[in-house]
Amino acid sequence: MFKCTGNHYFCKTNVSIQVNNLTKIYGTQTAVNNVSFEIKPGEIVGFLGPNGAGKSTTMKMLTCYIPPTSGEAKVCNLDVSDQSIQVRKHVGYLPEHNPLYLDMYVKEYLAFAAGMGGVKKVNERVDEVIALTHLGIEKHKKIGQLSKGYRQRVGLAQAIIHNPDVLILDEPTSGLDPNQVMEIRDLIRNLGSNKTIMLSTHIMQEVEAICSRVIIIDKGIIVADDKLENLRNRSEGKWLVRVQFATDVDEKALKSIQGLLQTNLLGNNTWRLTGDNENFRQAVSQFALSSNLEVTELVSEKDSLESIFRQLTGHVDSL
Amino acid sequence: MWTVYKKEIRSFLSSLIAYMVMLVFLGATGLFMWVIKGNSVFDLGLASMQVMFEMAPYIFIFLISAITMRSFSEEKRLGTLETLTTRPVSDLGIILGKYLAGVTLLLISLLPTLVYYYSLSKLGQTEGNIDTGAMWGSYFGLVMLGMAYTAMGVFSSAVTDNQIVALICSMALGFFFYVVLGMMGDISALDAIGKSLEWFSLEYHYDSMSRGVLDTRDILYMLSFSALFIGLTKTVFESRKW
Repeated sequence: MFKCTGNHYFCKTNVSIQVNNLTKIYGTQTAVNNVSFEIKPGEIVGFLGPNGAGKSTTMKMLTCYIPPTSGEAKVCNLDVSDQSIQVRKHVGYLPEHNPLYLDMYVKEYLAFAAGMGGVKKVNERVDEVIALTHLGIEKHKKIGQLSKGYRQRVGLAQAIIHNPDVLILDEPTSGLDPNQVMEIRDLIRNLGSNKTIMLSTHIMQEVEAICSRVIIIDKGIIVADDKLENLRNRSEGKWLVRVQFATDVDEKALKSIQGLLQTNLLGNNTWRLTGDNENFRQAVSQFALSSNLEVTELVSEKDSLESIFRQLTGHVDSL
Repeated sequence: MWTVYKKEIRSFLSSLIAYMVMLVFLGATGLFMWVIKGNSVFDLGLASMQVMFEMAPYIFIFLISAITMRSFSEEKRLGTLETLTTRPVSDLGIILGKYLAGVTLLLISLLPTLVYYYSLSKLGQTEGNIDTGAMWGSYFGLVMLGMAYTAMGVFSSAVTDNQIVALICSMALGFFFYVVLGMMGDISALDAIGKSLEWFSLEYHYDSMSRGVLDTRDILYMLSFSALFIGLTKTVFESRKW
């Protein structure tokens, strides 16, 4: 059926992933809406968004699992619709929830994955990958017997087994305990030294820990696509304060706070206020005092990326 | 394709289902041929395997459904279909791998019945007095029939992510194409229509092969039947892309 052409596939292009006006419509629901971006070889890009934003759908299109409704997606300059088999040689994919055959042995499964990936020297490659993902002590166990962290390693191992140029990882650390999360992140960072990696997550810290660039998607639309430090700079000159009053407050009254740029009602008398100077928090408390308002909570929000994410994805309920 | 094939064979052999199927098949045919009164070789007094070849299609409806029920439904349930179909292998390659693994298991479970042939030829009034031609024809027909069943089973398994649903669906298909359509010719009210409908049944062509006459029409029918269901499986497979 399928003839393997070799063990190593090299991306000769200077763009690893190219997406132009990509759209996916499920029935009447638009999951991904006219999305365009480019990822260069060697980049580690975080694909960030709330649940149901269209992250997985985009990744499924890039891995040729489902075709786009319109627009085009290219991996290593190969079209996902027309050159699907070629694309799949260049892509390693870890789907969401990391599906594995629980009754197979680790080595057996990796050998199967290698065979499916067209690897020629299967046993050598399996040993290599087991060493890379530190699966050595667990390699003779059944996958069903492994802990979640080790299963995730097996998932990563099967994704890199055919030595792809591009790794697409859908929520690689979800459901792991903090130690396992750290281990998997280290692993991804190590693998990233000679690969292009696109990983999806809804955790901002994850992006800060591994990625050099972040694409934020919400409701199928890209709302930000930038280097991490640029994104941080966006919040420079802005100070965020979250305040909860005991009673109702009129938005007009809030306008009198010195240095106020923006108000955001988060519900339950809680506001997110954006100010233009570092003394903004005091200004808010001063305002509360002078207008005789009882404040139940007053916090300055330090995690700037987190708040950028919230602003961009416009989820007022996430406190 | 062969990677999938090998994996399927291994998983058959490491699960109980394969052994159960072989045991049940051999047990059932063995009982009907040698032990159960009325139909057994000794009662009939004929050195013929006709009893086995008459029973086998019915037993196969259950057993082949049991073999194939896991093939795709399990992948769907586990979610591994996603990793399977995003590897550089064509959909048809995956389907054929699973299909051929099922056929192989079928052949393996038929193999021990050759002992029956040997015993019968020894038991014959003058040793070796057995209609070898008819027997090989029947074997060939049975394998063809099994292949058709396997194709239906793989198709049923691709339709659902529930093994039990796949099992029942595949048994229903087997029952319909072998038994129901096969009966059509016997219903006098249907007359000529019934006779033409019967032509489309698996039974009609299986019987014709069982007589020991290998007609290209029968072979062609059986092969296209399998091909049809493999094609349908491929269509179901691609339906995720609609």
